[in-house]
Amino acid sequence: MTLQFSNETKATFDWLVSRYPEKKAALLPTLWLAQKEFGGWLSPEALSYCARLLDLPPSKAYSVASFYTMYNLQPVGRYKLEVCRTLSCAMAGAFDIIEHLEQKLGIPCGETTPDGKFTLATQECLASCGTGPVMQINGEYYEENLSAARVDEILARLP
Amino acid sequence: MIMSNELILSRNWSRAYSWTMASALEAGTYKTAADALRSGRPPGELLDEVKRSGLRGRGGAGFPTGMKWGFLPKDNPKPRYLVINADESEPGTFKDRAILEKDPHMLLEGCILASYAIGAHACYIYVRGEFWHQQRILMQAIADAYRQGFLGDRCFGTDFKLDITVHSGAGAYICGEETALLTSLEGERGYPRLKPPFPATHGLFQCPTVVNNVETIANVPYIIGRGANAFAAFGKYEVNAEGRPVIDSRGTRLMCASGHVNRPGVSEIPLGIRLIDYINDYCDGVKDGKKLKAVIPGGSSCPILTAQEAEQVEMTYESMARFGTMFGSGGLVVLDEDTNMVWALHNLLRFYSHESCGQCTPCREGTDWLYKILGRMLVGKGTESDLAEILDIADNMEGKTICALAAAATMPTRSYIQKFREEFVAHFTKGGVPTDSRGRYRVPATVRQ
Repeated sequence: MTLQFSNETKATFDWLVSRYPEKKAALLPTLWLAQKEFGGWLSPEALSYCARLLDLPPSKAYSVASFYTMYNLQPVGRYKLEVCRTLSCAMAGAFDIIEHLEQKLGIPCGETTPDGKFTLATQECLASCGTGPVMQINGEYYEENLSAARVDEILARLP
Repeated sequence: MIMSNELILSRNWSRAYSWTMASALEAGTYKTAADALRSGRPPGELLDEVKRSGLRGRGGAGFPTGMKWGFLPKDNPKPRYLVINADESEPGTFKDRAILEKDPHMLLEGCILASYAIGAHACYIYVRGEFWHQQRILMQAIADAYRQGFLGDRCFGTDFKLDITVHSGAGAYICGEETALLTSLEGERGYPRLKPPFPATHGLFQCPTVVNNVETIANVPYIIGRGANAFAAFGKYEVNAEGRPVIDSRGTRLMCASGHVNRPGVSEIPLGIRLIDYINDYCDGVKDGKKLKAVIPGGSSCPILTAQEAEQVEMTYESMARFGTMFGSGGLVVLDEDTNMVWALHNLLRFYSHESCGQCTPCREGTDWLYKILGRMLVGKGTESDLAEILDIADNMEGKTICALAAAATMPTRSYIQKFREEFVAHFTKGGVPTDSRGRYRVPATVRQ
């Protein structure tokens, strides 16, 4: 199967490339586009495709993507739940949230539920220290007064 | 919770829809930039004004901003770049986030003025990947500024050209280090570069570059619009008998309070107030009336202050230095009397071990060793020799790496052990905290929920 950006995404990509004096500088933004377009993760095919667009070897795309934690190099669940565990959040009870989620979903951090709905992960400081603990669902912040009970409410609302 | 004190940076935050162009225009944002560009004010004048204001970098190092701008070579024909560091990820810090959410236009006006002053025609704002919501706000603000004619080929109808681009990071703490940020912007793994050469001569794409923090640049419109003296009226500035400044902490700062305080959040303070007053007056004191144990004054990389020291220290770069710590990024974390210091340090060392980029062996291995030894201590399996071992490892990390991440891990480590040694010792003489079935430690009951 050959991957390809939709026309709309291709237009965004062209605009992105035009913003930098060197094509290679658009690699991170291109990987973001690809992750969004190709099912929430960067498969080897997706990485090769990004590299080809920017005249780079595929190894370059893999090397860069594997450095950054936000690029998923494995498939993830429909909802990626990430809980910050750094000091301020930890003091505010982040580990209770993490343990609650592990029990509720029946998976340890770093894994995906068998039905492919949830991936559970931890995060380092999300700059929500004053409003912690904080949980991200597909990047969206859920903060301020987050408790096990509120986590249940939030998850119950997800389709 | 965000509190507005009507000082410099937060003065528009209480406006309705403060992040919109309509609100910005009503507040008079962009007027200073329009005046400066349309009247053809010499860029050197702007640079001098910033120099005279005494503005110092708000990202962590506190380097004088005007001096940094002045380092750009005058005879280099290559293009110049302004890069804004919005990769806010120092644990305890969330002030740049407040600016991006509440008043992105103040930042953009600062970018226009700074670019004009240094002669840059392209500006990149590197925002951490997790801030996608804030990126949207910022991108909308930039699109509106283009539509108004404030950006583009003819800014404010003048010959000055400026393009601003938001560049998203992807979850690497190290990219907040200025050279790593530049490497990342160029489409590489975020590895810091050896300095010198400094970004001023060999920065983005090997061109002369200024890298400034969001808060630093957001101060610029005020300084240019109302003058260096108005800015310097805030804060503290004292000279000695020879006329040399002994305290040079002018302006205000956005402080972020978290941890055991009654009212966490961002507030703007005039520099020079006492730290304890900040905790009591701005944060309503230590949570639930507990006693203060320790304070991290400016993000997790700063050496910790004991309660006794916190009573004496002032919110100036100089006073912080006198107490052996730093103002850092303004991320203040309050720890109350029940906090387990071994647990707190273990938590931070996991962070540094996770975020070490892996380029330099002393840091890559060292942060991990420290984290593992602390883990051993935490569960009560440490020994007296572990404490010496930690300091020995720290000796072998500091100053032996390309960037300051190693020091960011060892400086707090030393201070925790030095100032709370009995607690570390008690952990292996009296047993640590219990672990769960998977060997992972539980949150000690002493850490209040």
